[in-house]
Amino acid sequence: MNRIKLDAWVGIFVALGLIALMGLAMKVGNLTSNDIKTTYYVTANFENIGGLKPRAPVKSAGVVVGRVDSIVFDTKIYEAIVTMSIDERYVFPKDTFANIYTAGLLGEQYIGLEAGGDPDNLEANDKITQTQDAVVLEKLISQFLYNQASKEEE
Amino acid sequence: MLSFFEKIGGAIRSKITRLGAATRLFFSIISYSSDSFKRFNLTIREIYFTGVLSLVIIVVSAFFVGMVLGLQGYYTLQKYGSSEAIGVLVALALVRELGPVVTALLFAGRAGTAITAEIGLMKATEQLSAMEMMAVSPVARIVAPRFWAGIITMPLLASIFSMVGVLGGYVVAVPLIGVDEGAFWSQMQANVDFNYDIVNGFIKSVVFGIACTIIALFEGYDAPPTAEGVSRATTRTVVTSSLAVLGLDFVLTSFMLTV
Amino acid sequence: MQKDLIVSIKDLAFGYAERQIHKKINMNFHRGKVVAIMGGSGCGKTTILRLIGGQIKPTSGHVEVDGQIVHEQGRKGIYELRRKMGMLFQHGALFSDLSVFENVAFPIREHTNLSEEIIKDLVLMKLNAVGLRGANQLMPTELSGGMARRVALARAVALDPDIIMYDEPFAGLDPISMGVICDLIRTLNDALGATSIIVTHDVTETFAFADYIYFIADGIVAAEGSPSDLKKSQLPFVKQFVHSQKDGPVPFHYQANDYLQDLRL
Ligand SMILES: Nc1ncnc2c1ncn2[C@@H]1O[C@H](COP(=O)(O)OP(=O)(O)OP(=O)(O)O)[C@@H](O)[C@H]1O
Ligand SMILES: [Mg+2]
Repeated sequence: MNRIKLDAWVGIFVALGLIALMGLAMKVGNLTSNDIKTTYYVTANFENIGGLKPRAPVKSAGVVVGRVDSIVFDTKIYEAIVTMSIDERYVFPKDTFANIYTAGLLGEQYIGLEAGGDPDNLEANDKITQTQDAVVLEKLISQFLYNQASKEEE
Repeated sequence: MLSFFEKIGGAIRSKITRLGAATRLFFSIISYSSDSFKRFNLTIREIYFTGVLSLVIIVVSAFFVGMVLGLQGYYTLQKYGSSEAIGVLVALALVRELGPVVTALLFAGRAGTAITAEIGLMKATEQLSAMEMMAVSPVARIVAPRFWAGIITMPLLASIFSMVGVLGGYVVAVPLIGVDEGAFWSQMQANVDFNYDIVNGFIKSVVFGIACTIIALFEGYDAPPTAEGVSRATTRTVVTSSLAVLGLDFVLTSFMLTV
Repeated sequence: MQKDLIVSIKDLAFGYAERQIHKKINMNFHRGKVVAIMGGSGCGKTTILRLIGGQIKPTSGHVEVDGQIVHEQGRKGIYELRRKMGMLFQHGALFSDLSVFENVAFPIREHTNLSEEIIKDLVLMKLNAVGLRGANQLMPTELSGGMARRVALARAVALDPDIIMYDEPFAGLDPISMGVICDLIRTLNDALGATSIIVTHDVTETFAFADYIYFIADGIVAAEGSPSDLKKSQLPFVKQFVHSQKDGPVPFHYQANDYLQDLRL
């Protein structure tokens, strides 16, 4: 096989590989929607985060507005401090409510933000004071069983 | 009884010796690599043999794997009423695992065996000796270009595999089953992370590329210079590469999931 | 020592694993001479060539090429020495993925920066010398054994080496090519001022054109001398070889148990 033909085939092959890689990044992955925009950080304390993980989505009205950046445990107050990175395009009032929800019955957990009515907005590195913990399935079940049992006693 | 343990001990010792010899080959490849970059057309030639000639088998298998994933995924997901998540399932399975792993297994069978047989035969017919006597290092001239070609080829093949697989899944899910096209892509994009899924899959395929190529090269280089020796070495290439890929996959996956 | 000594082998011993092949070999090769090494099959003639080329290391003693001890050289040094050598392998060892032309061009391309035209001229000259200029576009698989050996010969002398080693250059050649190759070896040797070391079984040809002959048996040099001396030699070993008798001091059989015992008679 002559040199030029060989080079051409290898060129086609490498181009195909790179196109596939770009396709994976753009069409399959979230390179376009996630890593380009700028964000700001806010924190929130939770007594129990359940199964929340870093990189879990932060949603408001079902729209992804940011991601959980880090989760640390504070030994002074014995609570979890969750840092979220929020897309700069979205602003929220100071009295925004942060809940930990579960997508579906057994799905992944995410943070839902519900806007309050405060005229001032959250700024970078502010703290969301109103939070609600994750629902822990075991707790729910034991509560349910306990209620059942006490009903039967009556 | 004693001879049984002796046999096991002997087998382990020979395995360790071979591992040492393979490591030595690896370092001598590295030390000769500047030559093979200076004469990159040798590497290009090998990319043709390992990459271009593997393209058909990779594309065809990827398309079928993607379609099967789509079908199987759909029947499971629809029980939980979340059939739109099929895109996520197909994409994650391919990008994280099946893309790199199946590509590496096919590579071992298609390109790895060819490398082993070729080098083994060159050794058996004294071509490597002749080259050495001409003051040309066979490692620089024959082995190193194939090594770099393998490393360059594998991630590209794996990317092609994953992308074609996703298209296969799409063909089953959207036109055939009727999942909503928008949901298929948007769910996929929301849940496949560039850094965590795609880059990690890419890293895996680079590691598999190194492993498969070095195994194929070493088996050929180390093969007894007879027809039987070469044929056994070729078989060993497939067996060892497959085990190495699956074992490395476990190690890499557990490492990537914890970090 | 003498100035024109190019290769010398001193008290060389060598063995593969447990099998001792050479016990104590002493040989000297002078510039401009055609020297033959003869001996029974499996007595280690090819091995001597490999020792000279530095592909294997002696267990004791040494090989000196151009004043340098081969097995003490590093990778670079050995490659430097090998640039002065050309070797014709017993089975040709042509690169099966390259055409005849590219095979002969290979050492030239690897070691020089000559232009494509000059390489072409050089290669065609070498191929012409072995009578295969017309076959330059064939692949090695399309050649007969004898043709392959002639191409390999052209390749071995492509860079005009000082030392040319031939491992059985006559095996499988028709009488005409044999004569041609004989002449060629002589011509190349004299034209280049090279030293030729020829491993061969072919008694008549060798006695006709070699300057000096070594006989190896039992791991030592059993006899040596110029062809005319050896012809007169009364050593039974040499007589057996020169007159190709089966029985004599050189055993035809590889070491073995008693034949009758092996057949359980
Ligand atoms: N790689 C090897 N490992 C072990 N033994 C070997 C090896 N190569 C050769 N031998 C042994 O060394 C001996 C000498 O081999 P060598 O090839 O030098 O013989 P030779 O004199 O060239 O024979 P011939 O004339 O048949 O070519 C042989 O008896 C062979 O069994
Ligand atoms: Mg021999």
